[in-house]
Amino acid sequence: MALSNDEVLAGLAEIINEDTGIAPESVQTDKSFTDDLDIDSITMMTVVVKAEEKFGVTIPDEEVKNLKTVGDAVSYISGAQS
Amino acid sequence: MSKKIVVTGIGATSPLGGTAPESWTALLAGESGAHTLTQDWVAELELPVTFAAETRVRPEAMLERSELNRLDPTSQFALIASREAWQDAGVPEVDRDRLGVEYSTGIGGLWTLTSAYDTLVKKGARRVLPMTVPMLMPNAAAAAVSMDLTARAFARTNVSACASSTEAIANAYDHLQAGYADIIVAGGAEACVHPLPLAAFAAMRALSRRNDSPETASRPYDVNRDGFVMGEGAASVVLETEEHARARGAKIYAELVGGGVTADSFHITAPDPEGSGAARAVRAALEQAGAAPDEVTHINAHATSTPVGDVAEYHALLAVFGDRVHEIPVSATKGAHGHLLGGTGALEAIFAVLALRDRLAPPTLNLEEQDPAIPLRVSTSSQALGAAPQLAISNSFGFGGHNAVVAFRSV
Repeated sequence: MALSNDEVLAGLAEIINEDTGIAPESVQTDKSFTDDLDIDSITMMTVVVKAEEKFGVTIPDEEVKNLKTVGDAVSYISGAQS
Repeated sequence: MSKKIVVTGIGATSPLGGTAPESWTALLAGESGAHTLTQDWVAELELPVTFAAETRVRPEAMLERSELNRLDPTSQFALIASREAWQDAGVPEVDRDRLGVEYSTGIGGLWTLTSAYDTLVKKGARRVLPMTVPMLMPNAAAAAVSMDLTARAFARTNVSACASSTEAIANAYDHLQAGYADIIVAGGAEACVHPLPLAAFAAMRALSRRNDSPETASRPYDVNRDGFVMGEGAASVVLETEEHARARGAKIYAELVGGGVTADSFHITAPDPEGSGAARAVRAALEQAGAAPDEVTHINAHATSTPVGDVAEYHALLAVFGDRVHEIPVSATKGAHGHLLGGTGALEAIFAVLALRDRLAPPTLNLEEQDPAIPLRVSTSSQALGAAPQLAISNSFGFGGHNAVVAFRSV
């Protein structure tokens, strides 16, 4: 069963927190991965690999560059799940 | 004119304690760091050796979750020990371009490598984490310490198996003498209480099989010794020129007066039975120290508790010191903490430094019946070193025929 957007957001926040120490409550849909959360490219790829496993989706490499904000990632993962 | 190099900070996370002082206190108290392993993989993989000496304080208690996730346990240990050493040195305000790191490991990021391979085989290439390479590389510990302390002079890693971190300290001496830095954090780390090295060292019959009595398994110089006990952890020292240390009013533990590094070119794993390469390393360290063999008052031996290695080291010491070697208080501290492989030399160097400070040669555990072929002056209790100035050496030897020795003077 597909997760709600809030559940995907919470899951992403947990992945990001584990890898970077960024507080989960800072991971909001309007935040930019690079500008707001200071997530570098290797960390972004780590988040992608972990998110694929956690949510049972595939996020193609060419799609990753379009995921500018946390909201972009939540939308993509939610769409890919359904 | 050579510079005086001094030790101004120490740190350790070891099977004896979560810090250098705790490790030293436990060592003097005659405690053992070895115990039966409780991990499921011991039985699942039918390991022939079921015990080891794990770090007494786990990294989970010392580091942030993000640090635990982005650093191999080897680097985690290195970071914990180096932060302690840096604190102990007084968190020096230094020119970061003049702060260097010399940090060793014998194996590198073994946990990361093996778990990434498991992921690859079980789940496919898409699941291999992007941080795998920077976590498993053998220079990862040096890089982690350099990043953490903003050390920009250099971050070097030499790899010479069980001689690695003694060689790192010897290299730091040379690099301070050469003027490449004013202050260096040196040391070594190993996270080797892992099923693969346990199985592999057991396969070569290097490990003790005293599964029913882990605490008495590491018994250097005892007639019933049957191999080493796997340890793990890290130790770090802050080394600086005396001029630099005095200028900032640092406390000084001891003077690092020299190091010697040689190769046996004899056999990939067996020591030269005459110990000639090891003897040359001791002589080289003393030569750099400008000291005669007669001045040495304490030896922290490599003595891993293997039947062959302990005898070979004795022959090396006998060759250098002659009959006087039987009067020098010797400590084989692996009886307590096991063998930390690439981290062991730095831990033992710290113990040599503290022996000079406290004028106490620490005990050698489990020495019930001393091997008559090794009539060194060892004791299961601490031996007093006396108030006179002291000169100590700490020896480490590694597979590949690597020999490294460092020498310290009391202050």
